[in-house]
Amino acid sequence: MIRSRQIKKILKSAFGSILRNRMRSLLTSIGIIIGVSAVIIMSAIGRGSQALIEKEINDLGTNLLIIFPGASMSGGVHRGAGSINRFTYSDVEKIRKNATLVNAVTPIVQSGGQIIAGASNWSSEIVGASPEYFNIRNWGLKYGSYFTERDVKISRKVALLGTTIADELFPDQDPTGQTIRIRNIPFRIIGVLEEKGQAGMGHDQDDIILAPWTTVLYRLKGGRYIDMINASAIATELLEQAEEEISGIIRESHRLNEGEDDDFTIHNQTEITQMVTRTSRIMTWLLGSIAGVSLLVGGIGIMNIMLVSVTERTREIGIRLSVGARAVDILVQFLTEAIVLSISGGIIGILLSIIVSLSLNSFSSIYTLIKPEIVFIAFLFSVAVGVFFGFYPAQKAARLNPIESLRYE
Amino acid sequence: MALVIETKELTKTYQMGDIPVHALMEVNLEVQEGEFLAVMGASGSGKSTLLNLLGCLDEATSGEYLLDGKAVSRLNKKEYADIRNQKIGFVFQGFNLLPRTSAFENVELPLIYDRKNRIKDHKKAILEALRRVGLEDRMNHFPQQLSGGEQQRVAIARAIVNKPAIILADEPTGNLDTLTSVDIISVLQELNNQAITIILVTHEHHLAEYAKRIVKLRDGHVISNNVIKKRRKASGVS
Repeated sequence: MIRSRQIKKILKSAFGSILRNRMRSLLTSIGIIIGVSAVIIMSAIGRGSQALIEKEINDLGTNLLIIFPGASMSGGVHRGAGSINRFTYSDVEKIRKNATLVNAVTPIVQSGGQIIAGASNWSSEIVGASPEYFNIRNWGLKYGSYFTERDVKISRKVALLGTTIADELFPDQDPTGQTIRIRNIPFRIIGVLEEKGQAGMGHDQDDIILAPWTTVLYRLKGGRYIDMINASAIATELLEQAEEEISGIIRESHRLNEGEDDDFTIHNQTEITQMVTRTSRIMTWLLGSIAGVSLLVGGIGIMNIMLVSVTERTREIGIRLSVGARAVDILVQFLTEAIVLSISGGIIGILLSIIVSLSLNSFSSIYTLIKPEIVFIAFLFSVAVGVFFGFYPAQKAARLNPIESLRYE
Repeated sequence: MALVIETKELTKTYQMGDIPVHALMEVNLEVQEGEFLAVMGASGSGKSTLLNLLGCLDEATSGEYLLDGKAVSRLNKKEYADIRNQKIGFVFQGFNLLPRTSAFENVELPLIYDRKNRIKDHKKAILEALRRVGLEDRMNHFPQQLSGGEQQRVAIARAIVNKPAIILADEPTGNLDTLTSVDIISVLQELNNQAITIILVTHEHHLAEYAKRIVKLRDGHVISNNVIKKRRKASGVS
């Protein structure tokens, strides 16, 4: 009863003194407001882009394994993936036949060139694959149909367009059945793929043309090597094992001896995810710690103003001591004031950051994601800043001598 | 009658650099319950030091001090704070009210720090104290809205709200004109008539004569201690 009455008095006195110096209190809290909202907004941007990237990587396909030719390491020397091109279709065939943990596999042949449709033209990436590609990449159709194994077998000149190209060459219509020319070779459009959107680093996944791999390799590109192999494992938990299995099959196919380095590199989706999320996590921490510094500066602002306040109110402290306040009462009073200041700043900062984050989501291309735990941490931080930076001024107040403070002008 | 204050060879020595300054030398003082004592002396005579010691704002260098029968010479800071809260009411020359705080809340101040919870009904005690100084109708006014005399009355109400054993008034009329001074002294006299013990520090002889006894200090020594034969009475005080 008496405790709660006292707490009420202390809080009332703290709010009273803060409200009496409205402008000063606001300016003091601004440091905390900016600090807290910066921490939350920065982490929201970091988390937002991380979530976006994770979604994009999942869009790449289910349980995707990407096999590049070329060793990542050769005799202890890094070569960079793709430095030796040694995949042929027989590698794909062997994986298809022998791998038990893989449910789909496709060769990938990459080419590029100018695409002409009537009066329009467009430069794009041309990818050759087998029909399993659509399964692996989890890629649906907007119009038309996929090409088939038979199309692959006879190197039929058919193509599927990504939405970007389709919109560019055939705006507002279904181009199925139309003809385009790629390097002067006519291709019949058999369908349009579903929109996949931007991948990381601004790469537009829909700026693509898909054709049977035989067509691309033999009619457009020439040669006999394929650029890479995509496969999908039967389950996410079996990605590692599938990777090992494929590795064994390709080593055997390439007749590599025991102890010899792989002449290919396998990336799986989890690795890619991990790499990208690690990068964005580092960014989040970096941004967060910069924001944390501003919180620290805000705390120093509070300490500064509390020291001024203690000096200004020396006489008040003397009066309180003379009517029987103990040193601890004075300490608690000034500490409460500092904490109330920093908590108010913290709450305003949280509200501000929510507003900013929502407006970023609706009015800009930046996607933000506020995690409740970050809000909680930022709030705790603002309390801690109040306690930490309020303690020294409060202690200074509590140690004042009553006689001298009563005489203070 | 019981002794409220009893000092035995109370001494206070300050160290000013290397030179010791004897502010108070072996002062023996007794104050009975219900007394109205005036302490006089020129500045530097030690009267402020005496008041600080009696008010437990400062600690004596040597000697004994019994307040309300209890030895308080050697206590820690917390106990001093509690004694100031429970036993002593201060009235200062400069009023020392909290600015931008209503008269009511100023009077309430000692009760906030009343850890013993002696006074149960705060509001009643505050209104009673304001009534005794004649300011119950001004309880919501802020100090800057009150005249000097009224401010000092609020300060007196604050001094009596926790029902202390003694009121220590340090030049309470120093900032007031003659007419208001007499007015404030009459409030103190009236309170004294209601059995409140008062020590008044002043250097004005005509104000000291409102008390019952005058103690004069010079250079830290008591040089005279006389009961006033022809005591002044403020008009309206019986």
